[in-house]
Amino acid sequence: MKELRMLRTTEIDDLSARATGLFRDRAEQARLVDVAVATVDSPIGDLLVAGTRKGLVRISFPDEGHGDVVEELAIMLSPRVLEAPARLDDVRRELDEYFDGRRRRFDLRLDMSLTHGFTKKVLQATARIPFGSVSTYRDVARRAGNDRAYRAAGNALGSNPIPIVVPCHRVLHSDGGLGGYGGGLDVKRFLLRLEHALD
Amino acid sequence: MALPPFETFLEEHRTPVYRLLLAMVGPHAADDCFQDTFLSALRAYPRLPAGSNLRAWVMTIATRKAFDHLRAQKRRAVPVAEVPEQPVGAPELNGEPELWRAVRSLPPMQRAAVVHRYVFDLTYEDVGRALGCSEEAARANAYEGRRRLKKLLEVTT
Repeated sequence: MKELRMLRTTEIDDLSARATGLFRDRAEQARLVDVAVATVDSPIGDLLVAGTRKGLVRISFPDEGHGDVVEELAIMLSPRVLEAPARLDDVRRELDEYFDGRRRRFDLRLDMSLTHGFTKKVLQATARIPFGSVSTYRDVARRAGNDRAYRAAGNALGSNPIPIVVPCHRVLHSDGGLGGYGGGLDVKRFLLRLEHALD
Repeated sequence: MALPPFETFLEEHRTPVYRLLLAMVGPHAADDCFQDTFLSALRAYPRLPAGSNLRAWVMTIATRKAFDHLRAQKRRAVPVAEVPEQPVGAPELNGEPELWRAVRSLPPMQRAAVVHRYVFDLTYEDVGRALGCSEEAARANAYEGRRRLKKLLEVTT
């Protein structure tokens, strides 16, 4: 019976990959995908984007580790996480346009369910900072209802689940210092220059 | 341990599942059975207890889908003139199409028992679990399937 085990694994792998593609489409049609994920390439590296039926829920930078982020989504939202690029076509298109300098404002539905309380308020205030301008930690803290909580505002921005689209890169120190950034300060600088908010 | 993301589960088990289905139902029906297997799995996934044996679970679902397919095929079957089983160029499992044809000529339970036992090296206890029968029945089916296979292959070679 040894012959039964001598199977050409690479060929079966190809066949199963093709069948998997068909399965992804059917899973999406059957509305069984709670969290769709896709990779979007950008000048700052491959971004992982994730969406629920409510909207865009997560964007992560390469250094966060896509595998870790997918696991986090399974725990926080639903284990029904599946690569379903079609559902994220709008996100991909708008990000492409933004990085090409052809889009100043994102027109995407957002799902803020990974944030709560003060963090959510800070991020909602941040979402209103327009393209090309900047704000301060103190200012977003004030808009979120507590002008002394600028440190907490900094933490809230650091945990922003939807960077770029919720533009936490537009928040700086009151003295003009760059402050921090989840994707690294180089990325923050890059985004601000892209928006002509920094020389 | 929490359940892994379905994406991770899918990537880890898609090839063994496909292999099982290819052996059980052949290249034409394998795709449909494969999709049905993972759709059922995705539907049930959030209710699965953490720490479940995911490989055994998905292989059991796949086996059930293969049985469903074979039952439906039997119902549909109308005696017609001999139809070639494999069109030219259909993917086969390895260089021995006659072996796989012989496997697929076995009755479903024997076929499933032989595949789980000899392709996937499962213990008879696990074969029984995947087939939904007792360990003894799994052993008997694998034994009978193997005996028949040998006989079939002796005749053709």
